[in-house]
Amino acid sequence: MTNNFDINNTFDPDQEKSTTPISKEIETSLPKPATGIDHYLRRTDTDPKAAKRAERQVATLFGLSSCFTLVFVISFVAIPREKKVSVFAIGVTSLQNIVLGVSFGLAILLIGIGAIHWAKKLMSDVEVVQERKPIQPKAEVQAEALEAFRVGAEESGFGSRKLIRRSLLGALAMFPLPFLIMLRDLGPAPKGELRTTAWQEDLHIVTDITYQKIRPEDIPVGNLISAMPENILEILEEQQNLNERGKSAILLVRMRPEDIKSQQGPDWDYQGIVAYSKICTHVGCPIALYEQRTHHLLCPCHQSTFDLADSGQPIFGPAARRLPQLAITVDDEGYLIARQGFQEPVGPSFWERGA
Amino acid sequence: MSALYKFRRRRGASVLVLFFALAVVSLGYSGVNNLITPASARIGSEETLVTKGSALFAEGCSSCHGLNGQGTSDGPNLSAVGAAAVHFQVSSGRMPMAAPGAQVMRKKPSYNEEETIALAAYVATFGPGPAIPSEEQINEWQNASVSEGGELFRTNCAQCHNFAGSGGALTNGKYAPSLNLATPQQIYEAMLTGPQSMPIFSDKTLTPESKAAIIRYIQELNKSENPGGMDLGRVGPVTEGLFLWVIGIGVLIIFSIWIGARVR
Repeated sequence: MTNNFDINNTFDPDQEKSTTPISKEIETSLPKPATGIDHYLRRTDTDPKAAKRAERQVATLFGLSSCFTLVFVISFVAIPREKKVSVFAIGVTSLQNIVLGVSFGLAILLIGIGAIHWAKKLMSDVEVVQERKPIQPKAEVQAEALEAFRVGAEESGFGSRKLIRRSLLGALAMFPLPFLIMLRDLGPAPKGELRTTAWQEDLHIVTDITYQKIRPEDIPVGNLISAMPENILEILEEQQNLNERGKSAILLVRMRPEDIKSQQGPDWDYQGIVAYSKICTHVGCPIALYEQRTHHLLCPCHQSTFDLADSGQPIFGPAARRLPQLAITVDDEGYLIARQGFQEPVGPSFWERGA
Repeated sequence: MSALYKFRRRRGASVLVLFFALAVVSLGYSGVNNLITPASARIGSEETLVTKGSALFAEGCSSCHGLNGQGTSDGPNLSAVGAAAVHFQVSSGRMPMAAPGAQVMRKKPSYNEEETIALAAYVATFGPGPAIPSEEQINEWQNASVSEGGELFRTNCAQCHNFAGSGGALTNGKYAPSLNLATPQQIYEAMLTGPQSMPIFSDKTLTPESKAAIIRYIQELNKSENPGGMDLGRVGPVTEGLFLWVIGIGVLIIFSIWIGARVR
């Protein structure tokens, strides 16, 4: 690398001398200054004053960064946590949060800006070409590596000591077994849980959260109720998980009987009150965006829309299956009950579900 | 003249002119609109609420809802909506409607509280419907439980009005409005009457205590601060993602351009 840098006439010759001598072999892989390119000089290359100014600018940026680090430390200690401040476009917020965030952000940003400014204005900007190294090593290096391998194999006795070799291969073959065994934790395979819910004949329908039995005369046309089976709390207690809450959630809606175009079974409504699963048949989001005027039910996740006046058929969006309907009636005391469980699996499709 | 000519050739000129034109048209429209809309009707104090309401109704509502509230092609039948529905619609400024559309929007009310109550009393004579909740029922929220309200809100309200009450989109241009501006009385009345697309949550199936708890929770939501700074509308990942994509990646692109730019 003697006269290669000559095209850069601002290259410092002192620096060139100070570089350590390197072997010919490595030198060939170093980037070479490109030839045949017009090299434009920067102002900082030609004007020492400009270079000095750029140096001061970089130092200022780094200095400011240290100041902001100090601001961070001081505000962490000095600003009371409860102090509020109103900031434009942000609103009322914690003063300490704002100052900590801004000072920490600026402290690291200014180091970055300073480094870029330094590199662009002052560091060498020679255009270089870096050639790819050949992938294949030289013949003698190859031979040396092969010889080292042969010697190692001979010294270990891997070829001659059959007992060790076979037991080692056996151990390595056994080793993946735990990973296979751990797949067992994916199970046990579901039995009937995906097809059944807690709903069954004569179970009272109760409001969700408040768990009150419901009388049909308390439901005006256009009313929406999120409901559960009456025994949901005992089931959750027994199972120690929320699965049944996820499966048994239903919506109870009253519409004028003449508005009902179709249902999934004959007279599954009770005087215009219909009950549908609350779980979307697409990927199982709870749906309750009910538009009482259109009888449309909209899923907030992917905008599947179901028509509750028409058997819960999907009319828009990715859901392909209708919402399962629950047949309802009233008991002797006039409270709403289920006439039977769901007749098809609720929620999204699954592999073994069938048509 | 030459200064104006020069200005026309400037880059921002067309935008400025557009804004100016928009301002003139909108201010002019609102001025004319105020002239033709009756701000309030003058009625003697000796008249009863119902006769007051009947006069107001004939003047401001009958053109769409019919002289006896029987409904026309422009407005629904009011025979069984009840006083609570009228108070909700009129006190939130939704009625009278500015223009027909997918969604009636909240705006400055056209009638004062007294006139609104008179209108409600008159419409209540058309047929049975939920009455305006009593002062005690409305103020009950001050004693209600926030955590219970939160549970009920997430089960019954959050699907449309969003977890923070910011509202959200429905189908065909309809939407669930933000709850930030709704008064406790309006929230109560909306649950009772199911305005527009909203279903009804009757007092028997969502008890007055549950309604009070929900109102309490909404009041807590409205006064809660944002310790982390900008709330970005509290609508979840959409605005947060948009902010990151536009501002975050935008800044990165600007820095990349700067790093790659040629130095003179």
